[in-house]
Amino acid sequence: MRSILLMLLLALTAQAQAQPLRLATTTSTYNSGLLEAILPDFTRRTGIETQIIAVGTGAALRMGRSGDADVLLVHAPEAEKAFMAEGHGAHRTGVMYNDFVLVGPASDPAGTRGLSDAVQALRQIAEASAMFISRGDDSGTHKKERALWQSLGGTPTEGYREAGQGMGKVLQIADQLGAYTLTDRGTWLAFADKLDLQVLVEGDPLLFNPYSVITINPKRFPDLNHEGAKQLQQWLTTPHTQQLIADFRINGQPLFVPSANAVTAEQDR
Amino acid sequence: MEPLISTTLQAMALLFSGDAELWSIIRVSFSTTLQAIVIALPVAFLVGFALAELRFPGRWALITLFNALLSFPTVVVGLLLYLLLSRSGPLGDWQLLFTERAMVIGQVLLAFPVLVAMSLACFKAADKRIWETARTLGASPLRAFFTLMYELRFGLAAAGTAAYGRIIAEVGCSMMVGGNILHYTRNIPTAIALETNKGEFAQGIALGMVLLVMALGLNITLTLLHRRSEVGL
Repeated sequence: MRSILLMLLLALTAQAQAQPLRLATTTSTYNSGLLEAILPDFTRRTGIETQIIAVGTGAALRMGRSGDADVLLVHAPEAEKAFMAEGHGAHRTGVMYNDFVLVGPASDPAGTRGLSDAVQALRQIAEASAMFISRGDDSGTHKKERALWQSLGGTPTEGYREAGQGMGKVLQIADQLGAYTLTDRGTWLAFADKLDLQVLVEGDPLLFNPYSVITINPKRFPDLNHEGAKQLQQWLTTPHTQQLIADFRINGQPLFVPSANAVTAEQDR
Repeated sequence: MEPLISTTLQAMALLFSGDAELWSIIRVSFSTTLQAIVIALPVAFLVGFALAELRFPGRWALITLFNALLSFPTVVVGLLLYLLLSRSGPLGDWQLLFTERAMVIGQVLLAFPVLVAMSLACFKAADKRIWETARTLGASPLRAFFTLMYELRFGLAAAGTAAYGRIIAEVGCSMMVGGNILHYTRNIPTAIALETNKGEFAQGIALGMVLLVMALGLNITLTLLHRRSEVGL
């Protein structure tokens, strides 16, 4: 009995030693396979092990606020600015972008195919009372979708369903129910060949989807892995890593466009 | 029907090819569950025994509480533990959130009421003479307790199996306090939830099969032991 307890104690203390870097990020960067593809290079260069917690942007920012993650990779510019303004973050840097697309059933009951105006497409979906599946989970995609509906005066009452789940799950639900949904292109490309949905609207500047990396304010939570977070932030914006991001493809299609040095990249402290 | 068969075949291939990711997930599951059972079991059995044998004020309130906790949702345990262990929570200095240890704590909390309630029923039904005989023959209370536990081993093993079943298959608490981090806190149920979200059903099925095989193995072993002892009588 005593030896079992001793072994248990040893096992527990062994786990406590290493301090890996904890990255809270969105399902779109993780489920698409991007991070698994590029992060081994970071670990090789710095010797820092990363632990990825894949949640929605809202939950990731909340983890940053309560000091439960060392660094964030998120996509919701307005919420990020508020996060910085409230003093939770140390540095925020643009990393890359992709875009949102409106997908729906091939029959397209609202006649949105080929529209270049996302708001107009949503208006037609609402008028046709067609079914629209919302993420409903306070993720970056959900925030974007709500902002688009807001310009129409709010979400429609008929046909609008909130799933409260990740992007992949929502695409599956929309597929099964023959509904419309708004998705980031990365997750869409990763799922496209498993679904009967089609891209109906794309290319509207409103559908632009920028990702930023945010380090946590060391004054709020001194004992987080700030050094590792800083190194990850720098590594993400080096030309080498930016090239890795550009080279990442699913079914031959690029998912993300690197943008660390572009004019769109915002830097504030 | 076709996708079900093809994903099951893919799942078998994954399992037998020794996929490192898959086996790391299986390791996390059994490591946390085993630790939780080892920690919870001795204390829970003592509590169960005390509730069965001792008479004290508040005894019925305690028994009712443990019975009520049997049906407490795992996500609520997860949420409470999350708030406690968060860096901005009261136990934040322990730095336990999103670690295997946090998952073990959650599973201890989930297993404890099951072990108490089932061992209590077991101790209550026990023949009083076992304890009394052991004591008159000069056994210390601890020794007599072990004798009693030995006599009740099948009932107590059933309690352990039920507790194992509650925590090995539990997704809510592990997801919340573990964070589903690959190689660290991704266990079988959280991996199945994730793989299903990603539309990768084969890995989900493979992991489901591991759970099923383990549950069957454990129960067959128990049944065989039980039958052997009955034949021995």
